[in-house]
Order: sequence, then C-alpha cells, then structure tokens
Amino acid sequence: MSDIAIELRGIDKSFGLVHANKDINLTVRKGTIHGIIGENGAGKSTLMSILYGFYQADSGDILVGGNKVTIKDPNAAISSGIGMVHQHFMLVENFTVLENVMLGAEDSQILNTSISKARVELKRLEKEYALEVNPDALIEELPVGLQQRVEILKALYRKADILILDEPTGVLTPPEADHLFRILGQLKDQGKTIIFITHKLREIMAITDEVSVMRRGEMVATRKTKDTSVEELAELMVGRRVLLRVDKGEANPGAVKLAVENLTVRDSRGVTMVDNVSFNLRAGEIVGIAGVAGNGQSELLEAISGIRRAVSGTVLLNGKPIDVTGHADPGDLRNRGLAHVPEDRHHVGLVLKFDEAENGILGYHNDKRYLNGVFLDTKAIQVDAEEKIKKYDIRPPNPRLKTANFSGGNQQKIVLAREMERGPDVLIIGQPTRGVDVGAIEFIHKRIIEMRDQGKAVLLVSVELDEIRALSDRIIVMFAGRVVGERDPDATEGELGLLMAGVEGRKEAAE
Amino acid sequence: MSNPYAKLPAWAEYGLIPLVNLIVAFLVAGLVVLLVGENPLKAAYHMINGAFGRGEYIGFTLYYATTFIFTGLSVAVAFHAGLFNIGGEGQAYIGGIGVALACLWLDKTMPWFVVFPLAIVGSAAFGALWAFLPGWLQAKRGSHVVITTIMFNFIASSLMVYLLTRVLKPLGSMAPQTRTFEAGGQLPKLDWLLSIFGLDVGNAPFNVSFLLALLAAFGVWVLIWRTKLGYEMRTMGFTPSAARYAGMKEARITVIVMMISGGLAGLMALNPIMGEQFRMQLDFVQGAGFVGIAVALMGRSHPAGIIPAAILFGMLYQGGAEIAFEMPSISRDMIVIIQGLVILFAGALENMFRPAIGRGFATFGRRFPVAAQRGA
Ligand SMILES: Nc1ncnc2c1ncn2[C@@H]1O[C@H](COP(=O)(O)OP(=O)(O)OP(=O)(O)O)[C@@H](O)[C@H]1O
Ligand SMILES: [Mg+2]
Repeated sequence: MSDIAIELRGIDKSFGLVHANKDINLTVRKGTIHGIIGENGAGKSTLMSILYGFYQADSGDILVGGNKVTIKDPNAAISSGIGMVHQHFMLVENFTVLENVMLGAEDSQILNTSISKARVELKRLEKEYALEVNPDALIEELPVGLQQRVEILKALYRKADILILDEPTGVLTPPEADHLFRILGQLKDQGKTIIFITHKLREIMAITDEVSVMRRGEMVATRKTKDTSVEELAELMVGRRVLLRVDKGEANPGAVKLAVENLTVRDSRGVTMVDNVSFNLRAGEIVGIAGVAGNGQSELLEAISGIRRAVSGTVLLNGKPIDVTGHADPGDLRNRGLAHVPEDRHHVGLVLKFDEAENGILGYHNDKRYLNGVFLDTKAIQVDAEEKIKKYDIRPPNPRLKTANFSGGNQQKIVLAREMERGPDVLIIGQPTRGVDVGAIEFIHKRIIEMRDQGKAVLLVSVELDEIRALSDRIIVMFAGRVVGERDPDATEGELGLLMAGVEGRKEAAE
Repeated sequence: MSNPYAKLPAWAEYGLIPLVNLIVAFLVAGLVVLLVGENPLKAAYHMINGAFGRGEYIGFTLYYATTFIFTGLSVAVAFHAGLFNIGGEGQAYIGGIGVALACLWLDKTMPWFVVFPLAIVGSAAFGALWAFLPGWLQAKRGSHVVITTIMFNFIASSLMVYLLTRVLKPLGSMAPQTRTFEAGGQLPKLDWLLSIFGLDVGNAPFNVSFLLALLAAFGVWVLIWRTKLGYEMRTMGFTPSAARYAGMKEARITVIVMMISGGLAGLMALNPIMGEQFRMQLDFVQGAGFVGIAVALMGRSHPAGIIPAAILFGMLYQGGAEIAFEMPSISRDMIVIIQGLVILFAGALENMFRPAIGRGFATFGRRFPVAAQRGA
C-alpha cells in the first residue's frame, strides 16, 4: 500500500479524566491535503501531538509509509519524515531566518561550513517551492505570514514529506492565507502530504482532498471533499444542525454610549497607529471595525479600554470622559460599565497558569462578592465559575483545571463569560471567534446579538470580514490608522475589500 | 501544544523530582570527596550524624533552618510577583537594627515576651524600609530591583560598619558590636520541644523564633493563595500584560511586595541576635540572604517546600561543619562546593531529569491518572 502516507490505528489518549482521543483510526493518502476538523477540545491537537511525538499514545499504532514506527519525540518524527508547523511558532525571535532553519540540524561541528551549506540548501528550497524569504532577516522583524513560511522551510529543510499544520490560518490576514494555500498547493504537486487543521470550513472546501471530522475525542467521519458540503461538515462536527447564518432583527439604536473624538495613538516605537479617529457607538447597536490586521484596530481598543495611553483625543463613556491620554484605569472603567474582551487571550485576557475559577474573576477581583475583607472568598469564586461553565458550556466543566489545559475555543468562552455576564453598558470585543469552532461561533454570535437587543452598545473588531458583515449594524473600515469609510452591513465584500486595501479610501479622502 | 514535557502528578512534581535531583547532587559531591582522597561514605556518615546524631546537633540544624526559612520566604514572596529580590542579605542586616534597638531599650526592665513582639515589629519594619527604596525605584523610575537590591546590600554593609563601630558600640569597648543583652533580650530555647522526642538540646541555640518562622510560612501561604493581594501578585508574576488589563496597580503592588519581602528577611535577624549571640555583631547575617535564594528555588517558592528545603540547608551547614571538623583534609571550602552542587542540581538544573521521568510516566502512565491539579 504505497499510496498511503500515514495510518493511525486505534490511537487512545487520556489526560487524567479527560479522554482526549478514543480509538482513533485515520488514513492519509500520499500527495493529498487532508483536512481535520472538529469542535474545540475534540482532540485534534492532541492527535497531531501524538503523531509528532510530543505526547505518547496510551495505546494504538502509527504507520508511516506502511511501516509501523514508534515516535517517542519530535526528533523521531522528523526522521520518519514528519514535520509540523505549530500554531504558536517555535522560532528564536532574535535569530535570523537561516539560523532558525538550521538550528538543531547543523550537519557539521564547524559552524561556518554548516552555515554555508545551509544557505545553499535554503536557496534551493526557496526556489523549488517559491517560498521567498530573506535568509538574513531577523525573525522578530518579519510579519506573521513570513514567520510561518520560515516554519514550513524548517520542516522542508529537515526533509519532511508529511507536513502537519495546526490552525495555520488563525493568525493570518486573508491575503496571507491565500498565499499559504498557493504554497500548500505547490507542495502537494511536488508529492508532499499535508495534514491541515482548521475551524474555517470554507478553507476545507477550498484546498483539501479529503476531510476527517472529530467529535469529543472520536473520529466520526471521513469524506471526500468534493462529495460533501459546509452544512454537512458543520452538522457532523457538532452533532446537530448549525445555523451558519446569523439571525438578527433590526437594531434600535438609542443614546450615544461611547463617543470617540480625534483619537491618536502611537506604539512604543513612536509610529502613529491610530490617526485622528472619531466615531460614536450607541446603545442597542453593534459597530464593526473592519480592516486588515495591523491597521490600528488593536491599538484603538487598547486605548479605549485604558491599557494603552493615547497621544491626543477624547473618549466619552456614558457622557463622561475617560482619561485616555493620562492615567485611565481599566478597573475604574469596568465599574463604569465598560467590558473588554481582548484580542490576545493568551497574554492579556487570561493568566494561563491560573485555574479556570481564578481567571473567572480577573479584572473583577475587587468586587465585594468575591472577597471577605482582604481575603478571597474561594467558595463564592467557585460557585460563580460553576454557573458560568454551565451557562457557556465550557468544557471540561472543571473550574479547578489549569486554563492552559483548556482548548482554544473554551479559553475564549472563559473570557466571554467573564466579560458578558456583568451586563456591561459597553462591550468591546476583539476577535471574538479566533480559533473557535462553528458550534461555539454560533453560540457567541447569538450572545453578542442578545447583548445588543438588551440595549448594550457593542464595538466589534475582527479580521474576519464575514463575521463583521454578519453581526454589525454599521461597519467602519480602518486603513493605516485612519477611518477610511463607513458602510452598511449590506455593502458588498468587494467594496469593503477595496476600502480595507486603502484603494477606495484614498479617493474618498481626496474628494 | 508548546509544552514538550508531559504533565506529571503532583507527588512526582514536588516529591520525586526534587528527590532525584538531590540524590544526584550528593552522588556528584561524593565524587568530589573521592577526588581529594577521602571516603565519601565516611563523609556522608559525618554529615548525617553531625546534623541529626544528637539532640544538640538537631538543635543546631533547626537553628540554621529557622534563619533560612525567613530568607527563603522573603525570596519566594517577591518571586510570586515576578520580582527577584537579591537584597535579602542587606535587608536582614538592617533588620538587625530593629531588634537591637528594642533589646537595648527594654532588656533590663521587661521580660522577653514583651521585648520579642517589639523586636519582631522593629526587625520587619527596618527590613521593609530597606526593600522599600529598591521597590520604589523600580516602580517609579524603572531601575531593576536585581541591580538596586545588590547595591543596597553593599550600602547596608557599610552602614552597619559605621553604626557598629561608632554609634551602637558601648564606650570603651574594642569589638564592633552592641553590649550583651540582659534577660529581656534573650529568647528562650525550645528545649521542651526537643524533649518531647526525648532529645536534649544541649548548647544549641534552637529558640522560639523557629515557631515564628513556621507561623510566617503559614502567613505567606495565606497571603499568596488566599488574599486579593496574593491574587494580584500572582497575576503580575505570571502575565504582566494581563495584570495591566485587569487594572492592577503594578507600581503599588511592586512596592508593597518588596516591603513584605524585606520584612520577612528582616525577621531573620531575630534568630541570631536574640536567640544566639544576645548582641548584634558585625556580619551576623553570614550569607543567609543568598542561601534564601537557593531555598526558595528548591522549595518551588511554596512554603510547604521552603520548610524542608531550609532544613536541608540547615543540615548542610551543621553537618558540613562536622565533616570539616572530623575530616581535616576536607576543608570548609569543600563544604561550600557541596552546598553549591545541591543548589546547582536542585535549582538550576531543575529540568535535567524531567524529560526522562516524564517518559517513564508516559510508558507506565495509565496506572497513574494525572489528577487535575490546583494552581497552588
Ligand atoms: N496537557 C493536557 N492536560 C490535560 N488535559 C489536556 C491537555 N491537553 C489537552 N487536554 C484536553 O484534551 C482535550 C482535547 O484537547 P485538544 O487541544 O486536542 O483539542 P482541539 O481539538 O485541538 O481543540 P481546539 O480546536 O480548541 O484547538 C481537551 O478537553 C483539553 O482540555
Ligand atoms: Mg487545537
């Protein structure tokens, strides 16, 4: 059976009480792109980590090219021809591309000969697969899309025939993602095998040959991509019909809750990231900020929520000013009815080493209901966590579990539950569904619209244009730190795309 | 999945790994002893016997351990907030002023149990004061505490030389030290505690500050895991950007934590000054501030780990002195090497055996279900 690249037989893996992989069978054909989808916590990353030697299966066999192998660590995976591109890149930030690619694969004791050999090889790979990067650029200076390319080069340099990509598009802008797909197409044409994990069913339909669906630790189905549909896949994943379109009624905008005027924000290097931005947000409406990542949306949210100091401008919350250019205090803003779901849940929204219950009070830890004087009321905190776990269906339902051990989507639900359950007047949300499965997206979208219908003001930033269009009542487009236009949600994707690329905007501004 | 190491059950994480590290440290130390032509088994015998062989030896071991519990806790508290306080040495030294003042003032008129609380407050206050400045400098000026606390160790040292040679020294005395305290400035020994186990404390200065150290350890546990301040400290220590997002006042917390840390280091001064020498001498801290770093490291910054780690180092001090005495070819410096090896394996090379042990668990893993583990 030489056309089979990888076969998994009866893979089983538990973490304590969590049965992450149950008797998994999977066959990946050589020279194909094989998609793997599944709800958050379904066990996709665990399965790939077993294949790549990070974890050991409790039982089951791995066959590579028809031969049984034991993969006890990533080195063993590499010698079996398996490479992995991690969701959180494992690159040395202050090394160059070349140094990163050869790191750990130096083939001579003398560094210089190693380097020159590696340079030649890297050039060859770049040419063969059209993966241009400057070998002497420092990683920290490269955009995410290029860093990912370096991860791919790293795997190819180690002669990987089988490439695993775990949610590679989560961090990419749409053009970067398109570019990645072209690269994957080329790799496939060269005979490489690719395993591709994603939550975006559209991507599955666009580039895979076959797709396998996991649910609650089990492999529930494998389909030929051309014989299936987005609807069927969503249903297989969640086990019920999923509403892929958002159902929402007319907005009933009320009083202005948040007024931003001439706000300007610079980053730590002094580059202007938000340039004289003004807009209003009313009660009972959702305003979406569209834009390619890195055009100032993140800094805008940070300034409004008091995390980053603005250079100039004013922001009024419920008619009263926020000291955005001075010492705005995020804790004080929470008391005044502003809640913030930050874009970066790993470094801002959560403390990964805390347990679930501890993260449930982050930012609200001054609230009397969690305290007995200066002491934490652990009982109250626990009860509160259990309620949210139930209401938001956070899995596994264990408030004592370390947050790092929850899957990405469930981590996001922990943050959302914390920020939404207060009934804030103004909710600002960055990337609400990054890395979140379709079932949870449906749930999160429903909750956001419910908030709006209760008369809350919602400011939404997302790089997913579909999401912006589905949820927003008004869309503001940012480009290079400026607001380049405002549109209705029924504006076409092409029209918004042009604005986001700064094409239309320049014309409009000139007029 | 960025963590290449499998997660281990708590008993392996906190019991097995430190034990393996320790055994290796002693094996390597044994090799060193072998190299100088001595019998490692004999050295080990003298070490163990010297630390635990008699009631008196145990008293000495626990006396040293008391000191190390205070300095270990001091380092651990700061560490939970992401601060590396290397100034325990200076803070303990300055803390001595508080003890000395209380004793010099009241030792002739008041019993020890009146002087002791005052000395506790005094030592903690002076230690806290000495840590306040570096904390404040970091909070307001961004000067890193690692640098400033080291510098403050030197300042403390010079200041104490001045005080002990000019101000606190009794007139006409040649020695750079205060006068010897009367009964009110002398802490009672814990001879009754040892006699419960049928041991005789002998000359060992094992005194009530040991109980204070245990109390402090419990207090630190409550502080870190049961108070709002502890919650804020841990947030800051793990993820500073999340602390900012949560509206925590980093500057304020930095200053408070440094003062608590300095106060704990200051308490250490009670043990030698009121418990052993009954006067304040030059250099009474004797490196205990630095040993505290190793103790905190080995005890994983958890009070339940710090107490056994402090006892271990107490044993190395006491038993080490015994080896040097019994086996002349092993000098004091050799003992320092052995202590260094323990620090190296228990602290710095913490992760050396983890992958292998992790693999062991993966192989036999099914039999040891990983209990969902608390943040503590
Ligand atoms: N190291 C670990 N310790 C304990 N539980 C774990 C560990 N790693 C994963 N889990 C649990 O195993 C289950 C599967 O997790 P996994 O990360 O494989 O899900 P996933 O399908 O990749 O989800 P997502 O789409 O959100 O990334 C989850 O319930 C998770 O909480
Ligand atoms: Mg995953």
